[in-house]
Amino acid sequence: MPWETVVGLEVHVQLRTRTKMFCGCRTTFGDPPNTNVCPTCLGLPGALPMPNAEAIRLATRGALALGCEVHTASVFARKNYFYPDLPKGYQISQFDQPLATGGRVAFDSPERGRIEVGITRLHVEEDAGKLVHDRFPGKTAVDLNRAGTPLAEIVSEPDLRSPSEARAYLVTLRQILVYAGVSDCSMEQGSLRVDANISIRRPGEPRLGTKTEVKNLNSFANVERALEAERERQIALVERGERVAQVTLLFNAGSGQVRALRSKEESHDYRYFPDPDLPPLVLAPEWIAEQRAALPELPEARRARLELAYGLPAYDARVVTSEVALADYYESVVGAGVEPKTAANWVMGDVMTTYNELGTFPVEAERLAGLVALVREGVVSHQAAKRVYTELAHAPAEEPKAVAERLGLVQVSDQGALAGWVDEVLAAHPAEVTRYKGGESKLMGFFVGQVMKRSKGKADPKGVQLVLQGKLG
Amino acid sequence: MTASAVARATATRLAAADAAGLNATLHWSESLLEAEAARVDAMPAGGPLAAMPIALKDNIVTIEAPTTCGSRILEGYVSPYDATAVQRLRSAGAMMAAKANMDEFAMGSSTEHSAFGRVKHPMDPSRVPGGSSGGSAALVAAGVVPAALGSETGGSVRQPASFCGVVGVKPSYGRVSRFGLVAFGSSLDCISVFGRTVDDAARVLSAMSGHDPLDSTTLDRPPVAVPRALPDLKGLRIGLPREYFPADLHPGVAAGMERAKQAVRELGAELVEVSLPNSKFAVPTYYIVAPAEAAANLARYDGVRYGPRKVGPGGDIRAVYQATRGEGFGPEVQRRILVGTYVLSAGYYDAYYRKAQRTRARIADDFRRAFAGGVDLLLTPTTPTPAFRAGEKTEDPVSMYLADIFVCAISLAGLPALSIPVGRSEGLPIGAQIIAPFCEDERMLAAAGAVERVVAATEEVR
Repeated sequence: MPWETVVGLEVHVQLRTRTKMFCGCRTTFGDPPNTNVCPTCLGLPGALPMPNAEAIRLATRGALALGCEVHTASVFARKNYFYPDLPKGYQISQFDQPLATGGRVAFDSPERGRIEVGITRLHVEEDAGKLVHDRFPGKTAVDLNRAGTPLAEIVSEPDLRSPSEARAYLVTLRQILVYAGVSDCSMEQGSLRVDANISIRRPGEPRLGTKTEVKNLNSFANVERALEAERERQIALVERGERVAQVTLLFNAGSGQVRALRSKEESHDYRYFPDPDLPPLVLAPEWIAEQRAALPELPEARRARLELAYGLPAYDARVVTSEVALADYYESVVGAGVEPKTAANWVMGDVMTTYNELGTFPVEAERLAGLVALVREGVVSHQAAKRVYTELAHAPAEEPKAVAERLGLVQVSDQGALAGWVDEVLAAHPAEVTRYKGGESKLMGFFVGQVMKRSKGKADPKGVQLVLQGKLG
Repeated sequence: MTASAVARATATRLAAADAAGLNATLHWSESLLEAEAARVDAMPAGGPLAAMPIALKDNIVTIEAPTTCGSRILEGYVSPYDATAVQRLRSAGAMMAAKANMDEFAMGSSTEHSAFGRVKHPMDPSRVPGGSSGGSAALVAAGVVPAALGSETGGSVRQPASFCGVVGVKPSYGRVSRFGLVAFGSSLDCISVFGRTVDDAARVLSAMSGHDPLDSTTLDRPPVAVPRALPDLKGLRIGLPREYFPADLHPGVAAGMERAKQAVRELGAELVEVSLPNSKFAVPTYYIVAPAEAAANLARYDGVRYGPRKVGPGGDIRAVYQATRGEGFGPEVQRRILVGTYVLSAGYYDAYYRKAQRTRARIADDFRRAFAGGVDLLLTPTTPTPAFRAGEKTEDPVSMYLADIFVCAISLAGLPALSIPVGRSEGLPIGAQIIAPFCEDERMLAAAGAVERVVAATEEVR
């Protein structure tokens, strides 16, 4: 009998602010240890927190982008535990009155097609610092640059049914949050972190099985791998007649295994209570409405619009809208006069390659449009255009036509020149000419290829074909 | 008189107080006083508090002297920043004269819980000055400084003001920034003032009050104005809450209150009896709310970033926490951390913390109802007895807690209140408490100024 997997995810994203959640320290990544700190984020005696309005705005945007209800009153709470990277001995978070509840994310499940996953809540909190174990032999160092960094924690309902579905959800969630400008969602810089809850049960069973929590998941691929490993572990346990214990597990990406961190019995009692240093966070309904109105077009809507407005295939629309910047670039290329499908081909090909390498679009939409026009007019071949594109990427001032000329890639469509190359090729391959005339019409490709070769790629292939057809009768 | 001359005279008095064994100071120096005086003498406009030497309870941070909170766990700790209140007093021309002894982390009512020894009552060394701001109270009472800052969580300025025969003013919660006041019970903590006169205290309060962008619990209101003392109290209705005048009230205190009522009546006020039925729950409510907040507020003293670090057996981080906190905190602080941790624990939160919050709201409602019923101010004794003897209550925490029975409820309600001396019983000062509606600090100060003018504060009551 098969098992059904039930997964819910807790995702922490760093809000894209210049300064920390409760003080004015910078949130820059990679600065020397303990340089972005002040009395408040160091937890010095007498220091107090002051909420960062921009963090609240970004969290609100994120919540709205996920379809949540943003509450006009929410409460900051202290989550108490001792750890050397936690300066105050408590983390300022939100508990029973979070910023937002009740959202949903729609996406294509690899197994189930179009599905929706519920968002239980989104709340705001501050990050802890970082322990450094490899800097001083035998000792642990504390870097508090991260301490106080603003985070939104996004908790999903246990609506996911497989590890790959969890991964697809994360891809969609990240896309939405990046689109909304809420977070960079960079796992390398720790601005997106995932804890996964997983349990198994028999299909049709309404009750949830005992869940375990897997932590330390540093990539979407590892979320999927870890959940697969944990699912197998749970199934093996239950099929041996044992029970799943409620534990927290760490994933080891090297071995692909999970191991227990602590059991529920040892788990913390965080003793949450409202933080008396911070009055309830009150947001005016009008302000929330403004934030909703200011939301950019989200990936789902943009994909649908591109399909409809430009007649793009679903696949193309999905790839082109995978990132805001890519979609913006695509639309500006279309705006510069390029036929939509042709523009999509370029964006999904060479443009995407350079964007992935450089993170920018070195060939402006107008120049790309110029290049596409050269292909359409037969001035350069498609192959030659790809070389011109690469050159344009490194020559910010040059125009496509000039580059094509400089590289000697302008196609020759002059009948006389083409006829000359054709004659040479036909003279050099009498046997093939005879076979062609005997009915092997597929040899046309061979002749065209030979002419292209002889012209060093400059001959206009369409013109060549016409001349060949004329000469071969 | 130049600030330098005032500073020299202050240093002489501080030295004399130390020599007399008052044990009211934890840190001061002539060189720091000289530097303060030089700064003030260089101020072109002088400022409203020009050259006033002020002592600070040692839980208010300053950059030039250690801030210990009367605790071993912060021994030698020097803050890299000044409290907002200190910055404002400096800009007003005041001189920071000394850091004053206190009950450890402001937990206590006698200043016997300081890790650096008990403070003696200036009039009777066998007695306590009250607490937790006992050092500040004693310095003002002994005439060392005209004013001092204390802090209130549940009466820690009014109660020692009453014991020492000085004025003690607790403002409405949120009128003075807590930025730089080492937190004890954050929803209750108020920097408060001792003065020899209502006017001195009012001027200090005014200079340091007002909204602070660094403390989101400060009110968006202008600073407390320094009111002119009223010529009389005609037209004012003053409520006497019957729960604050129990039959077993100390006879000296009762006599002091008779004198206070007489003075108020002669000034033309109408006295009416009112009831605050939930005030009887104030002490137990306070001893849930304040320790809960304290348990979290004191978690930062872990030996990781500052303060003395102790390493226990095992040598791991747990051993650091246990040894640092076990040795660094005194017994009363440990008791409250344990209580606070307990009342917030899973399964007990509703029975204790949540219930205490509900009771707190009821206590505050009582006051609102009394004031809404046409009463302008309330008058009560500040303490149930005059200053008690050292050691009298240290073995029985609950009896110590009950020393704050008349001051606690006001803190829970966030209201302004002050204690003013109204006479002496067997040589020991008796204080009367005046309570005002929220943010009517000025009304309270103006009325107290009138009472101060007519009451024979240093004379024996019968």
